[in-house]
Amino acid sequence: MAIFLTKDSKVIVQGMTGATGMKHTKLMLGDGTNIVGGVNPRKAGTTVDFDGTSVPVFGSVAEAIEKTGADVSVLFVPPAFAKAAVVEAIDAEIPLAVVITEGIAVHDSAAFWAYAKSKGDKTRIIGPNCPGLITPGQSNAGIIPGDITKPGKIGLVSKSGTLTYQMMYELRDIGFSSAVGIGGDPVIGTTHIDALAAFEADPETELIVMIGEIGGDAEERAADFIKANVTKPVVGYVAGFTAPEGKTMGHAGAIVSGSSGTAQAKKEALEAAGVKVGKTPTETAKLARAILEG
Amino acid sequence: MDLFEYQARDLFAKHGVPVLAGEVIDTPEAAREATEKLGGKSVVKAQVKVGGRGKAGGVKLAGTPDEAVARATDILGMDIKGHTVHKVMIAETAPEIAEEYYVSYLLDRTNRTFLAMASVAGGMDIEEVAATTPEKLAKVPVDANEGVSKEKAAEIVALAKFPAEVADQVADVLVTLWETFVAEDALLVEVNPLAKVADGRVIALDGKVSLDANADFRQPEHEALEDKAAANPLEAAAKAKNLNYVKLDGEVGIIGNGAGLVMSTLDVVAYAGEAHGGVKPANFLDIGGGASAEVMANGLEIILGDPDVKSVFVNVFGGITACDEVANGIVQALELLKSKGEDVTKPLVVRLDGNNAELGRKILSDANHPLVQRVDTMDGAADKAAELAAAK
Repeated sequence: MAIFLTKDSKVIVQGMTGATGMKHTKLMLGDGTNIVGGVNPRKAGTTVDFDGTSVPVFGSVAEAIEKTGADVSVLFVPPAFAKAAVVEAIDAEIPLAVVITEGIAVHDSAAFWAYAKSKGDKTRIIGPNCPGLITPGQSNAGIIPGDITKPGKIGLVSKSGTLTYQMMYELRDIGFSSAVGIGGDPVIGTTHIDALAAFEADPETELIVMIGEIGGDAEERAADFIKANVTKPVVGYVAGFTAPEGKTMGHAGAIVSGSSGTAQAKKEALEAAGVKVGKTPTETAKLARAILEG
Repeated sequence: MDLFEYQARDLFAKHGVPVLAGEVIDTPEAAREATEKLGGKSVVKAQVKVGGRGKAGGVKLAGTPDEAVARATDILGMDIKGHTVHKVMIAETAPEIAEEYYVSYLLDRTNRTFLAMASVAGGMDIEEVAATTPEKLAKVPVDANEGVSKEKAAEIVALAKFPAEVADQVADVLVTLWETFVAEDALLVEVNPLAKVADGRVIALDGKVSLDANADFRQPEHEALEDKAAANPLEAAAKAKNLNYVKLDGEVGIIGNGAGLVMSTLDVVAYAGEAHGGVKPANFLDIGGGASAEVMANGLEIILGDPDVKSVFVNVFGGITACDEVANGIVQALELLKSKGEDVTKPLVVRLDGNNAELGRKILSDANHPLVQRVDTMDGAADKAAELAAAK
């Protein structure tokens, strides 16, 4: 088992024929991902060869779904065109759209999120500004390195890409059911809470690691959710204790505004919900290990 | 990016929100002509990106052009909560204010929607209104795709219980303010106070606007709104090189890949610094995934150019980019800086982990650079970097 992505997932790539799309499609294929097509209206009908694997290019998401039964789309579309691409995926009712693109304007992400809601929430959006998700040994939808770790019993949800990799690396001998990078933008689709609920329901996940960072109140709300709904052990980490007020720290959503969105408040909320919170990524990994090794 | 009041005023005017006339000046003498143009009277308003300037003496009435020069002389150069006043706005004096209201649009991150806020209790800090008399602050979600029509504006006006005689005017302001919010890709547009003046008009007397930097690609006019004079010179230099850099006040220079990892690195260095005389991180610098020699050299150049930096911690997790490439990048970056005649004397602590870490570490060991130390764990490397900074 896994969450959101399995070996049976049929994956298409919007923006596959661009440089970033090409690079990562090749890597995803190497990790065993069942990539059934790319989307580019100007190259519809052609195929792209990835080390002997021929991937067809379709004119639209709808056509790709019709011809292949695709149920996941990974988007490497540049910020200026990302909103239209996500709207197209929503219109085609693809069950999962993973938006890797960094730098999407908030008015665009707020618009496609509202659009997904208005269309009956048939498309789960992960991201934007995220590394995607991986179910080790089965499928990889995004840019998370596929060779860090193996299948196992830890579920990971994180706002940050490199901290995801760091945590997977620290616990690579134990392995992961799925790791989901939800992204560091102010408006994201899938939240910590969505991933926590899915990991709670996933029989193979025994422990959940949750990585947060400054900005917004997603971690505080996740803490409330954990208290009420999660029976599995959760270990947490929050980045950004030293971030000054009013400065954006790399991720568009990583900003302390006045007294809200601080790392300290997030840590306290998580601890109040019974989550063990590490001071450093390494210490967090140790906490997870100690729980699993009893 | 937060704007000055006069910039917010200009954007409001551009989109049809009623404002008073005014112009921004940066010398006292210029207040004379500006005030003459307004008929001989003006309000001299300090332009600072911080609240509470009125209480601090940054807003003064001038009854004559001479008085405007005197008030501008007082206010220019004044320090308001750590912000030096470099510009003042010479604004038209408002007719007598009868009532003060509040309206704004902002992103509601929690609910992933836009939010209209409106109150008949304007003129004061809206957080205070929200805390003390929440019933006086209407909060209405606005769907990004539906926006604020005249009907939606009327709904907000009704919920906020605006008096009937200003309802239409406030609704018009709400529609034009929404147009400002969308057309300018703003994260916040706020009018406070929105004043009803003696002759019955409703006018935006002061406002705040914050713009989304991610929309710069379609907002070419926004670059001119940047306050380049106030930017930290290191931050400006980093920006010119497309580096994601924030200057902090510590002694350990930080370079890493990925925003989350770099934020975490700052924290880990600050913890480690507690045992070394309280040294702290000197900056945030995310060089992103690629970490080529050129990007690494650009990053090192910025950090080594910071006189506060005593040691440097390069913290890289090799994901898609392999650590051997990163290690080569570091070695080449140091050579590049040397060839440019830069005198690199600050110690570097490098931690490489992840993809091809062994190979990367070997490259650093073989290069045997006298200033580079390898420490293979993040916590250990942070401790070493803090120790070296404290020893300097």
